[in-house]
Amino acid sequence: MDKKIKAALAGNPNSGKTSIFNMLTGAHQHVGNYPGVTVEKKEGTFKYAGFEITLVDLPGTYSLSAYSIEELVARNFVIEEHPDVVVDIIDASNIERNLYLATQLIEMNAPLVLAFNMSDMAEQRGLKFDIGQLSKLMEAEIVPTVGNKGKGKIELLDAIIKTSGQGKRQRIHKVHYGEEIEHELAEIGMLLADKEQQLVENHGCRWLAVKLLEHDSDITVKVHSREVLEAVTAGIEHLKSIFADEPEIVMADRRYGFISGACQETIKTTVESRHSTSDMIDSIVTNRILGLPIFLMLMYLVFLSTFKIGKYPMGWLEQFFGWAGITIAGFWPVGSESWLKSLLVDGVIGGVGGVIVFLPNILLLFLAIALLEDSGYMARAAFIMDRVMHKIGLHGKSFIPMLIGFGCSVPAIMATRILENKRNRLTTMMAIPLMSCGAKLTIYMLIIPAFFEEKWHGPMLWLIYIIGILLSIVVIKVLRLTVFKGETTPFVMELPPYRMPTGKSVCIHMWHRGWMYLRKAGTIILAVSIILWVAMSYPKPSDQSLEGLSAEQAQQKKLEHSVIGRIGQAIEPALKPLGFDWKIGTALIGATAAKEVFVSQLAIVFAVSSQEAGGADGEKSAQNLREKLQANYTPLTGFCIMLFCLIYAPCVATVAMTRQETNSWGWALFQFFGLTALAYVVTLVVYQIGNSIAG
Amino acid sequence: MENEKRRPLSNVRAGETVTLAGIEAGRGLHSRLASMGLVTNVEITVVSNNEPGPFVISVKNSKMMLGRGMAHKIMVL
Ligand SMILES: Nc1nc2c(ncn2[C@@H]2O[C@H](COP(=O)(O)OP(=O)(O)OP(=O)(O)O)[C@@H](O)[C@H]2O)c(=O)[nH]1
Ligand SMILES: [Mg+2]
Repeated sequence: MDKKIKAALAGNPNSGKTSIFNMLTGAHQHVGNYPGVTVEKKEGTFKYAGFEITLVDLPGTYSLSAYSIEELVARNFVIEEHPDVVVDIIDASNIERNLYLATQLIEMNAPLVLAFNMSDMAEQRGLKFDIGQLSKLMEAEIVPTVGNKGKGKIELLDAIIKTSGQGKRQRIHKVHYGEEIEHELAEIGMLLADKEQQLVENHGCRWLAVKLLEHDSDITVKVHSREVLEAVTAGIEHLKSIFADEPEIVMADRRYGFISGACQETIKTTVESRHSTSDMIDSIVTNRILGLPIFLMLMYLVFLSTFKIGKYPMGWLEQFFGWAGITIAGFWPVGSESWLKSLLVDGVIGGVGGVIVFLPNILLLFLAIALLEDSGYMARAAFIMDRVMHKIGLHGKSFIPMLIGFGCSVPAIMATRILENKRNRLTTMMAIPLMSCGAKLTIYMLIIPAFFEEKWHGPMLWLIYIIGILLSIVVIKVLRLTVFKGETTPFVMELPPYRMPTGKSVCIHMWHRGWMYLRKAGTIILAVSIILWVAMSYPKPSDQSLEGLSAEQAQQKKLEHSVIGRIGQAIEPALKPLGFDWKIGTALIGATAAKEVFVSQLAIVFAVSSQEAGGADGEKSAQNLREKLQANYTPLTGFCIMLFCLIYAPCVATVAMTRQETNSWGWALFQFFGLTALAYVVTLVVYQIGNSIAG
Repeated sequence: MENEKRRPLSNVRAGETVTLAGIEAGRGLHSRLASMGLVTNVEITVVSNNEPGPFVISVKNSKMMLGRGMAHKIMVL
């Protein structure tokens, strides 16, 4: 039997917790160079030296007094779950600030290991640590590590095992808060020991007293004894009158005093610390005049290359699926009609293949997002957008979840946890689906080349994304003036140092997303494609009713008779003013399952409807579909399709995530119907104006 | 005398280095800033002051971005 150890990875945001987690467990959790990448705890289990170690990666937090939701997750885990070991991942290049959390963990009597991560950066900055001495002062094992290079793994594991055997313990060296505060702490502690035995057993006397003096609301509600609470209130008042400041601020000061005392003796700086390259890049990319144009330019480059580079592998995939269609159709005698053939060729290859051909573009998009996340530019983009965001009642930090939304709305909505203010968070959440996600990219990649000249491909795609951003700005402004009225909260956020993204992490990121895309194609999209194929092929009209009709008319009749045909015709009057026919209408309905379904559904509709009307078998590639689109619709309709898809109802996964994160169906439905209404109005206006100009 | 030099961080120009004198904010925000290293007497260098937009400051070894509203609340000497 292996002995079990539960270890938690705590630490400041962006200190490398997830990198260490991946290093120890071999997992590939999301790592990025900005604070707030991890917003939910993640577990991983592995065996080492006869122990079964369960490691929990936590969101970053600056202290144990949580300020935003993701910090609360970390705090609650450390405080309530009593892990056998807490590993505090410390950014060794920024040691004093990072040790702040450690002083609080020490105060909790937690079994503690300090990982001095980023020790490569610390070395570059010329920092030399006397680890032995520092370890004595902190009364915890200290292990230097380099999380992204896998250095210090064995040493860290050994330290975890060693510390796990020790259990909770009081320290000899602790932060001394000064005469007056210590007096209050002792007094409250005594009362606690008497009145709140259960709490004291769980959390320790001193720590509880500290938290109570700090006004910690979670701890305060756990205390039931009136006497204790009265003593705390009196204590706080007394201390306030002495220090002319909140006790918790004075206590924070004392903690830093303790840290700088410990550091003075044990850390030597050999090089004058400078980060001039980083400063220089910052002076350009965050420049008040150049910042925004640079950001828009970079975005443009991304979309141009999505087309320019993605074109070739996309062509190969199209050829492959074309060939696969012909080959499979070849199993049946020419001219024969078989439901299985139609299902495989039109439904599966046409539908799913039509989505998979866009894999290269998806990979390129996620390459760009990975570079954005790993380089440190993400946080700068938030900075650049702050001025705009401020005008509409949010702040720059909200732009981070929005940028993540360019990949996928689901993690983006989760990422809003980094926003401290509930109204800001809800507003941002509602607007996130307006950021075109990777799935919507497939729609644009289908439509744009069908209706627009090659030189307009890049600009057109860029335009659609910009329209999304602009609309989100309008939506946010309106929401902030109506439903989510209120003050804007001040904000502060750490700017990570620039880092050269490593090939490995970028590849892992792309591979991960590419795999997710393929899996989605093989599951949801496959299932929906089959359902839609069935709904489009059945019920069939009786043979007599088809007599005397030409092949084309018969096909038309069959489609009209099918489930999809009937639904389509029912909704067509509503969609006509937008320039959409029933084929587009049904694809729009299917696409609420997943946006890619729009592409597969169109492929199926056109494949099925042209089946016996003379179309040769196997000509079902996206290229072909584009020709059919071009023959059936005007460029204005093409543009309106993109516009409508950009705005309307988020996919089911997004709805579910909004429901989870807001804890209410109300907001999820509000988002769903609100965006659909907006899509309708905007597309209606654009189509009608466009039509009258053209007409 | 001392008090006359006290001014909000938002009035500090880029490139200047100042010391933190106090924070005029509610309790939650105040202790949040403290946990990020913004405590009395700490040295703050203003890296950029993108009037009327946000701020970048450098504190110890890290850079932080502050909203303008926040910069109004931080008093420096
Ligand atoms: N130079 C250097 N970079 C590192 C090291 N460890 C991690 N990184 C990088 O630091 C960044 C942050 O790493 P993460 O593991 O995402 O940090 P985290 O603590 O999980 O961050 P949050 O989840 O946002 O709190 C990434 O860009 C990593 O590649 C290290 O030891 N040295
Ligand atoms: Mg993380």
